Amino acid sequence: MQIQPILAALRKHKAGTVLIALQIALTLAIVCNALFIIHQRLAHIAEPSGVDEANVFVIENMWGEQYNTQQAAANVQQDLVTLRNLPAVQDATQSDSYPLSITSGSDNFITLKADQIEPTTDATVYSGDEQFVRTLGLKLIAGRDFRADEVQNAGQRDVVVPAVTIISKALADRLYPHGDALGKSFYSMSSTPVTIVGIVETMQRSRLGAWSMPYAEQSMVWPLRDASPLGVFYIVRAKPGELAAAMQEAPKALYATNRMRIINPKDGLLSFAQVRHRAYDSDRGMAILMGLICMVLLAITGAGIVGLTSFWVGQRHRQIGVRRALGATHRDILHYFLTENLLISLGGVAIGIVLTFGLNLWLVTRFQLGIMPLAYVLMGVALLIVLGQGAVFAPALRASRVPPIEATRPA
Amino acid sequence: MFAYYFQLGLRSLKRNPALTALMVMAIGFGVAASMITYSVFRAVSGDPIPEKSSQLFVPQIDSWGPQQNEDGKPPGALNYVDAMALQRAHQSSRMTLIYSLMLSALPHDGNSVPSQVMGYAVTGDFFPMFDVPFLYGSAWSNADDDNRASDVVISDSFNQRMFGGANSVGREITLSGHDYRIVGVTRHWNPSPRFYGVWGESGFGDPPDFFLLLNRALDLKLDNIGRSSCRGHLTFKSWDEWLQSNCVWLMPWVQLNTSADVARYRQFLESYAADQQRAGRFGWAPNVALDNVPQWLEKQHVIPQESRVSLVVALCFLVICLVNTIGLLLAKFMRRAAEIGVRRALGATRHEIYSQYLVEAGSVGLAGGVVGLALTAAGMSGVGLLFEPEIARLAHLNMSLVGLTMAVAVMATVVAAVYPAWRAAQVQPAWQLKSN
Repeated sequence: MQIQPILAALRKHKAGTVLIALQIALTLAIVCNALFIIHQRLAHIAEPSGVDEANVFVIENMWGEQYNTQQAAANVQQDLVTLRNLPAVQDATQSDSYPLSITSGSDNFITLKADQIEPTTDATVYSGDEQFVRTLGLKLIAGRDFRADEVQNAGQRDVVVPAVTIISKALADRLYPHGDALGKSFYSMSSTPVTIVGIVETMQRSRLGAWSMPYAEQSMVWPLRDASPLGVFYIVRAKPGELAAAMQEAPKALYATNRMRIINPKDGLLSFAQVRHRAYDSDRGMAILMGLICMVLLAITGAGIVGLTSFWVGQRHRQIGVRRALGATHRDILHYFLTENLLISLGGVAIGIVLTFGLNLWLVTRFQLGIMPLAYVLMGVALLIVLGQGAVFAPALRASRVPPIEATRPA
Repeated sequence: MFAYYFQLGLRSLKRNPALTALMVMAIGFGVAASMITYSVFRAVSGDPIPEKSSQLFVPQIDSWGPQQNEDGKPPGALNYVDAMALQRAHQSSRMTLIYSLMLSALPHDGNSVPSQVMGYAVTGDFFPMFDVPFLYGSAWSNADDDNRASDVVISDSFNQRMFGGANSVGREITLSGHDYRIVGVTRHWNPSPRFYGVWGESGFGDPPDFFLLLNRALDLKLDNIGRSSCRGHLTFKSWDEWLQSNCVWLMPWVQLNTSADVARYRQFLESYAADQQRAGRFGWAPNVALDNVPQWLEKQHVIPQESRVSLVVALCFLVICLVNTIGLLLAKFMRRAAEIGVRRALGATRHEIYSQYLVEAGSVGLAGGVVGLALTAAGMSGVGLLFEPEIARLAHLNMSLVGLTMAVAVMATVVAAVYPAWRAAQVQPAWQLKSN
């Protein structure tokens, strides 16, 4: 195939050529960045929580009266007995928050020395009793669970620093990268050390905002009973297959033991599936929006190429007839238009690659997006070239069917 | 002439329905995507209190020091000690301190279960500072603040739930086991974003149910359910020790009417921090800030990242749709070169050809606007899929958005048609007639 005559013809159609190339360039830039955003968001959504999500649900229990520490602790104990006695319930525990909660939870700085001022890292702190690990279904990969006698009450604004803690593997690896964290200790905003007695495989953080990304999956459990006057979260594990029944009977049983409590009808009772859904709302939304934009954009670009090529074919009817009359085959004409589109597409993607990285760089500085891997751009380039060839195929086929007799007709 | 060109335009659009449909759809999609994302952006980026946003300021004092503060900036709230000191100094015409509360309310019919109510502990200046509108009664006085009175102002919707909407001023209400006297009922008031409490809040939640007298809330040890942030070793074992800690949680606002007041207040903050350094409480040089409402909202990243990114992507999408339209209009116009040649030969000026084709493009834009409007209306119901419910509900299709959609569609298409119409106007009549 001769490229020279194609280039000569394109020089006669500068505006159309530039427009198609520009459209391909812009589409490449948007599609690559959108796909990259989708990929990042989906990766975030897929992060494990460590919780046995199929069987666990959460009750946000707020007290109707202002209790002191002893009253609150006694009420929590009583509620836990009530919950554990329910036929559909396997286990129940209490905490001040839970993984993926996003609306509650606290974080502590961690240091390796008592007098260190710059923190080594940061982790979510869950208060949990000896049932916490078991109820959530966390997988203990080293050490032991809490003993009942280690659990203390923590009242309003009462900082209790326990002697022992169970931490996530991610936190263990951050603090002691050689895998020897068990039995070692650290300091968590206190002058007394906390000793690691257990390590669980995964325990996601409670809050998932952008600021917490560097501390992903870094969490610890402190053996505390949340006796704050505000309220407490009950985390309940249903017997396999009885989640719905357990979720129905649990609030009723709690209200029956003590009416002076609030379980908000809107979001006071959530299955873990609902918790996960809420936690990743905006990530899912962005992925859907970017996906829609990509699809519509590719469709519009494809249709635009079809439209403009059809116009060119119509315009060059006579020239095509002349070429056919001079001996060009169907195939020659078809190849002519396919090659022409390929040349324009190549020009377009060349500009597009620059635009893609430009847009990516801008998104990185403004929105901490992350640098795009080259594979994405190559994938986008392939996609757009295939799209261009596909779009041009129908008009090119029509061109190839122009009979040689056209050469003799007036334009 | 305009009406005639418009008719010609419509007729020509009917001639290539596929090409026309393609242009109309491209513009429709481009405009709809931009308008949907813009409506969300507009909702989250508005000035919540336009008449006063440059007179309301958040004073900030670095009580953590350069080693522990965030990026060298003072924290976004005050600890109790600094907050009380600023309050006592009376250096601004008005000042309030705010923290969030969640309490339980027991309806008076006895056997029902309590419900959860959300509100703020504030000082009396809060109401005149933020122009809170009252339905019944009024704010409490500064004397009530000093007397630590059990006063509460409730919202109209809470008043509706508890008292059936009657004038409840002077009545008692029990919240989490404590009795308060209602001094005022506000009209519906929920500035968006809720600028006064955005430290650690999204700023787009349900309106608060009540405002409690701050000193009374502190006396009752009603805890802050909003964000609190601490540094160093935590040693407090009780509420009173917590108040003396370095934990920041009280949101301060001051009203400063003139730029001289602002300068004076800034100076006061500097000298306060210098005093603390001299007294040995701060081991670092004064580091203070004073932000008005727009500056504060910017600093707190109130506009969700999703909203900005999606707006940028949607606008890029619109640009691509327009590039597409330029190409298609060019094809459409140039296909009629012969017709243009005849018209030019019969005496039409370049200018007339030019305006005829711009009007034709305008009619494409109009059709695109109608499609875009339909898609925008459909997309509005899908906004809930893309943003959190509390933000999604802010986006809605009103008259100004309808007008904007149509205007953007027509303007964008006419701009896209500038080059194709110019090319059409350049057609040489002699050349066209000869080749025919």
